[in-house]
Amino acid sequence: MTFSFKRMLRRRSRAAAVPETVSGDDLTASTELAPGAASIVPVIRRADRFSVQDLLVEASYGVGARPSRLIMTTLGTVLGIASLVVTIGFAQTAAGQISSQFDAVSATQVMIEPATTRNSSGAEQATSRLPWDAPERLDRLAGVERAGLVADIDVAGQLITSVPVNDPSAAQTLSPAVIATSPGLLAAVRGNIVTGRYFDAGHDERADRVVVLGARAAETLGINRVDSQPSIFIGDVPYTVIGIIDGVERRANLLDAVILPMGTARADFALTAPAELHVQIAVGAGTLVARQAPIALDPNAPENFTVQAPATASSLQDNIQADINVVFLTLGILALLAGGLGIANVTLLSVMERVGEIGLRRALGATKRDIARQFIVESAVIGLLGGLIGSALGVFAVVVVSLLQGWTPILDPVVAIGAALLGTVVGLAAGAYPAVRASNIEPITALRGGT
Amino acid sequence: MAHSRPATSSWWAGDGPVLTAPVVELVNVTRSFPGPPEVQALKSVNLRVERGDYLSIVGPSGSGKSTMLNLLGLLDRPSVGEYHLDGRDTSLLDEKQRAIVRGGTIGFVFQAFHLLPHRTVLDNVLLATLYSGVPRAEREDRARAALDRVKLNHRLDFLPGPLSGGERQRVAVARAVVASPELLLADEPTGNLDETTGGEVMDLFEELHADGLTLIVITHDQAVSDRAERRVRITDGRLSELS
Repeated sequence: MTFSFKRMLRRRSRAAAVPETVSGDDLTASTELAPGAASIVPVIRRADRFSVQDLLVEASYGVGARPSRLIMTTLGTVLGIASLVVTIGFAQTAAGQISSQFDAVSATQVMIEPATTRNSSGAEQATSRLPWDAPERLDRLAGVERAGLVADIDVAGQLITSVPVNDPSAAQTLSPAVIATSPGLLAAVRGNIVTGRYFDAGHDERADRVVVLGARAAETLGINRVDSQPSIFIGDVPYTVIGIIDGVERRANLLDAVILPMGTARADFALTAPAELHVQIAVGAGTLVARQAPIALDPNAPENFTVQAPATASSLQDNIQADINVVFLTLGILALLAGGLGIANVTLLSVMERVGEIGLRRALGATKRDIARQFIVESAVIGLLGGLIGSALGVFAVVVVSLLQGWTPILDPVVAIGAALLGTVVGLAAGAYPAVRASNIEPITALRGGT
Repeated sequence: MAHSRPATSSWWAGDGPVLTAPVVELVNVTRSFPGPPEVQALKSVNLRVERGDYLSIVGPSGSGKSTMLNLLGLLDRPSVGEYHLDGRDTSLLDEKQRAIVRGGTIGFVFQAFHLLPHRTVLDNVLLATLYSGVPRAEREDRARAALDRVKLNHRLDFLPGPLSGGERQRVAVARAVVASPELLLADEPTGNLDETTGGEVMDLFEELHADGLTLIVITHDQAVSDRAERRVRITDGRLSELS
């Protein structure tokens, strides 16, 4: 019953309430209005009693009443918020500077090798082997764009020449390395074809004796066109050169190599296992691929692979932010605390100055809660103002310094907006105590005080 | 409890004031302040103020006038006894309800005016509509009408500072009547005014009274008191009817 009454009070609607049932007197009187009050100003239906809109209007008058004091009050919050924004802004800008120095290639390349252990005599030994179908297995993973296998071939000292002539007087040249790859490797390491073509799955399967030359190896061997189907000899076995590649950024030694299909290498050189798996991934997928790839390669023993994956951008920034300017952050927080205390002080002062006003409002029908709300909103608005100004100053400082240094200013908008809101929170916290003091002022004493 | 809900809810419940009940009825009201020594500011006071009455309570300082004002204005509670305002027992109201009833039922005029110095005359009058539940759409019209009523419609955008004392008190009167109170309580309304302007304010009160407003003026000034149609003297916490 009490509850429903309170609800009714809250709605403040005279019209909606139940008619009087207390006594006969009341019933007869209920529709008539007091002649006195009615003739002064028309009688009203009670409706909007100190709504949120009224609260905001009253609080804004309180905030705006003394502009010069308002400036001094917000100063602490402005400084605190500004220094926080500047500190975070510079940390992000610096992190951006650093990550922009990592080239795009390294951020999108993953390399997987079999893990190695040392045996009793100290020699390194692989603990597993990459499966031949590793590229197909990885292609199915999210974030993997292309994958390709690489293996170094031991040609057992056989010469690699472009002519099968054994000329004893010719100077001994260092033979180019021989490397076997899967057909997809070229794309996985971002090479490009200078002339001709790369071998495909068909060459691989049939173990065709075809090779592709790295640009520098081609130069050494004196081959610069493939339309005449030149051959090179490994030992005395001829291989048809079908293409020349260049621009391999990730595995630059391919440029100095003679590249065979895997199948050919297995047939001719008894290759037993691939050595490395190169994967091109989508930006940011490094962590994911690093976790999933070993499982895809060998679900039973994923720990037997070593994965080199790029760190994600966020962990890079985290690392940098962690050690940048702890001092500045501390200073910002201290300034913010001082700002909060400033707001609390000034709000308390203004409560004391406005005792008369508080008494008047109570006499006019304001509840304790109405008074408390007014003062807490006032100090929250002061905090929000300080936060907005401080945040704007901080962003401005970051932009100006970046401009002078030729950096790219980077600042998360969430930081700027969050900082402004933090100011509001500081204001709210600072206003709590003065608001309680204000709401506890007795109207009787306040109204005797004058003003 | 079963009784209290309809009784209290009718402040807001839409059926208006009860014409037959007196606006103010004090029954054996005592207000004592715990000591030591305990002081009884009001001693077993009985008072009935009918609708449309113009009552003055006169007494020297220390006689209990302020306590009387605070009790009548729901700013304080009796220690003993009952206060019926508009036929309802106010002892059943909690602090919040008292504030809301105060805003909707009682208009105050103070000796010190209590106008907000940074707000215009119109805003000062509007202030009383915030807490008394005047619908937003009606507020400004009512405030203008009230200021019209006290003949200050040419001062709407003035700050209280440059106004004369009499004008300020008229603003305060406009603020007191803007929400159509059942009762207007004036505490030494001429205390800060000279004789002429004080007389103007008293003239205004008489006009309001003639329009049917219930008025209680608390004063130590015999001349002010004498203008009321019904006078009560308060001495040492006890009331005695004059005339």
